[in-house]
Amino acid sequence: MLDLTTKDVLERKALRVNPCKTCQPAGAMFAALGVHSCMPHSHGSQGCCSYHRTVLSRHFKEPAIASSSSFTEGASVFGGRSNLNTAVKNIFDMYAPDVIAVHTTCLSETIGDDLTSYITDLDLPEGKHVVHCNTPSYVGSHINGFSNMMMGFMNYLTRKSGALNGKTAIFPGWVNPGDIRELKRIAALMGVPATFFPDQSGVLDAPMTGTYAYYPEGGTTLDEIRGLGDSSGLIALGEIIGLAPAEMMKKKWKVPYALLPLPVGVAYTDNYLIALRNAATGEDNIRPPVPPELEAERGRLVDLMLDSGQYTYQKKAAIFGDPDVVIGLTSLCLEIGMIPRYVITGTPKEDFTRKIEALFAKYGMEGCTAKANADLFDLHQWIKNEPVDLLIGSSYGKQIARAEDIPFVRAGFPVLDRYGGPLLPIVGYGGGMHLIEKITGALMDRYDRDCADEDFEVVM
Amino acid sequence: MNDREKLLEKYAAKVYKNRKDHILQLAEGDEDPSIAANTRTIPGVMTARGCCYAGCKGVVVGPLKDVCVITHGPVGCGFYSWGTRRNKARPDEHAEKNFLPYCFSTDMQESDIVFGGEKKLEKAIEEAMQLFSPACIMICSTCPIGLIGDDVQAVAQRTEEKYGIKAIGYSCEGYKGVSQSAGHHIANNGLMRYVIGTGDKAPAKTFSVNILGEYNIGGDGWEEERILKRCGIEVVTMFTGDASYAALKSAHLAQLNLVMCHRSINYIAEMMKTKYGTDWLKVNFVGVGATCQSLREIAAYFNDAALSARVEEVIADELSAICGDMEYYKSRLAGKTAGIFSGGSRSHHYQTLLRDLGMNTVIAGYEFAHRDDYEGRGVIPQIKEDADSKNIETITVERDLEQYRAFYSEDELAALCAEIEIDTYAGMICDMDAGDVIVDDYNALETDELIRTVKPDIFFSGIKDKFSVQKAGVSSRQIHSYDYSGPYSGFRGAVNFGRDVTMSLFCNAWSYVTPPWKHEPTLVGSYGGR
Repeated sequence: MLDLTTKDVLERKALRVNPCKTCQPAGAMFAALGVHSCMPHSHGSQGCCSYHRTVLSRHFKEPAIASSSSFTEGASVFGGRSNLNTAVKNIFDMYAPDVIAVHTTCLSETIGDDLTSYITDLDLPEGKHVVHCNTPSYVGSHINGFSNMMMGFMNYLTRKSGALNGKTAIFPGWVNPGDIRELKRIAALMGVPATFFPDQSGVLDAPMTGTYAYYPEGGTTLDEIRGLGDSSGLIALGEIIGLAPAEMMKKKWKVPYALLPLPVGVAYTDNYLIALRNAATGEDNIRPPVPPELEAERGRLVDLMLDSGQYTYQKKAAIFGDPDVVIGLTSLCLEIGMIPRYVITGTPKEDFTRKIEALFAKYGMEGCTAKANADLFDLHQWIKNEPVDLLIGSSYGKQIARAEDIPFVRAGFPVLDRYGGPLLPIVGYGGGMHLIEKITGALMDRYDRDCADEDFEVVM
Repeated sequence: MNDREKLLEKYAAKVYKNRKDHILQLAEGDEDPSIAANTRTIPGVMTARGCCYAGCKGVVVGPLKDVCVITHGPVGCGFYSWGTRRNKARPDEHAEKNFLPYCFSTDMQESDIVFGGEKKLEKAIEEAMQLFSPACIMICSTCPIGLIGDDVQAVAQRTEEKYGIKAIGYSCEGYKGVSQSAGHHIANNGLMRYVIGTGDKAPAKTFSVNILGEYNIGGDGWEEERILKRCGIEVVTMFTGDASYAALKSAHLAQLNLVMCHRSINYIAEMMKTKYGTDWLKVNFVGVGATCQSLREIAAYFNDAALSARVEEVIADELSAICGDMEYYKSRLAGKTAGIFSGGSRSHHYQTLLRDLGMNTVIAGYEFAHRDDYEGRGVIPQIKEDADSKNIETITVERDLEQYRAFYSEDELAALCAEIEIDTYAGMICDMDAGDVIVDDYNALETDELIRTVKPDIFFSGIKDKFSVQKAGVSSRQIHSYDYSGPYSGFRGAVNFGRDVTMSLFCNAWSYVTPPWKHEPTLVGSYGGR
């Protein structure tokens, strides 16, 4: 496996090998699927749409609907206006969504299609909407595409009426439906009425009922997106993915925000609870107590960390994936005494490196490497030079795990080769327990596999 | 109203006008059913189709294991086509290096789009040479490349001059043509022009073939090779499953081309016939009966008594090994109906395997086929070239005076053609029955509607449909990827397929879809004081 990868590191300037990111439109499509009764629409040639639907379906094991402008050579020369007009009419006729969420592709961006003017000129059916965002595939990564789609929706729909709606907006970032359910449960327990945006729970984990609907129960409603400007505050989770949409909320609608790391592990979940507690603080300035139920969950997680800590202490991990999930996973690994030897993301964001290095500093870690805009070939070469005990990341890590015989825990996006992951949280105290169960399980299974018969223990 | 009319009824006038020619319901006594195909998809209909790049890189050149295939463009296209197609390969004597677990991309950034990406591509090639020194580099273009005017052919030429390796540039931008099909054609042209005929490794055995349009999904090609080997027939190379640049070079030295996927590779079959005199047989190794028939036709082509006897021995032996399993699965599956949308011949091939299992295919179609895949090659002269197909280069080859060696004289061939069909394909429709529905370039609405109206027991297509069909309560399997199972071809593959279809239809969880309380009365109570 990966037999052509050698130890000798060559600094590459042009060749991307085994990327740890994909392009903006995939993120835009995923974000749009978190809006109720929405048809994501890819304005480009139809291969993009097919690829994005495929990767989303393979990760969630669910239908991922989206349509395409189906550019041909003619449209690429003369512009995509007529393709968009035809598409919009057909989508409303055939699939009857409430909103079509258009994102661009490298094709429509390169020819300079002016989506704003195309959409302004559309003759829309009563009560129907078309929104758009620009997602040039040659800028940033799928993470930017996700943020851009959120801002596209807000740009078209969100308004400030002048009266607060008593809700806190929560931007969960790029997480699985199981995570969103957990974040919602915690917010409800903390007594915070919230609007989650986007919200793929119910959409990308729709229950089996024997009938298929294009728009299952779930997703942020258009009314909720309209009302975001009237939110009393915003909690944006994921410091990288959440920054631009949070700034937009502050600048355009004067909604104050707390930008937090994705709540993975104890400390970051604590931050989420504190933010929720602040949001639940009324005019009397009295902070409500954290419900005993959540405090007990936290206690159980810390208890588990202390119980199992000897199996994770000073174990070296390599962690890769999208910036916010990697920041969360790194924090959790540090909490359980691991050494996050290599921490990378493919997304080109130097903020990521700074945040990971701050975590290293907080726990006194020296000699660990953090890198943004990196790829899995980098990571593999580093591991060849100095091995690790555990690899954490998306399915593409399985090649390295096999090549170097490293225990492997799947987390992040995309996980294409396992089932059930998107239903289970990694966020919150419960998510922490789930991750520690997976991490210790992987490490201890490896010990059991490799140890001598006389060292093979029934009790550990 | 028949099923076709029910489908079309949903459409507004313009879409109706377009789709009516792509949807066919066969009727008794219908002499020459005709279908529209290989035309533009209507924007917004939620087509299953992919793009030209997917056809070139994803389908045809991606599986070449010793080739460093660099996707020139932003990162996405390379990422999505990385390790996602199940075209299995292992290193062999032709190719020690296996590039298949890798993804190579120029990961173009905004400045590359503005100022041109050729420099970055050349730098990427330099880095690939330093890291991997491949014997062959292929460059696959994504949408922006043609628009900004990067000349990938020129870069390939400079690469050959600089490093003394083979380098091929493909202008397979996603927007070209109307589907993956354009990419197949572009890839075929490149392999024909630059690879086939440049090697001199002659086959060792008396009888030798290439298997064209076999991508070794789930190990299909290996099962076919196993059977052919038992018969004493050497497989020079597949196109392009488990294949290498090194092996493809000598493909012209095989005596006969077997064509599995007609759509994706028929150009090479035709051009090799013209240039090298190699005949081709449209074979089908999907299905027990079909595999037997294909083996017998191959033996008939070679017209050798010992080979024919050996083929019969192998068939008898293979059948005895699987007949118990096949009988069992047939007993579970007989009478069930299926819908199938796959590949560039598969929707045809799988009907024969389903028939072996006592099942009947009532819906079939393709994403990217042309009329000849449906109606047979006889229809080719009637196909009108449109603007989109004109944009895809058709290359003309001439007889290679040094390397041309026809197996038979024209008269001998004509005599043999009375017995087996050589150098032609009769298409899918001729094997289907009255009442069956055929849909070209099917979309999500049509799929969902067909599931409701025709109600097949199982539906075979791709990942984009799989879960919506399953959610509607109908068994659904991916027949592009075999749902990560396989092989499905040949004798052993037929058993695997029977097992998987049975598993899918009789999965215990189906009985839990409706909760028990849905059948309970809502009112709880007792009669008069009891």
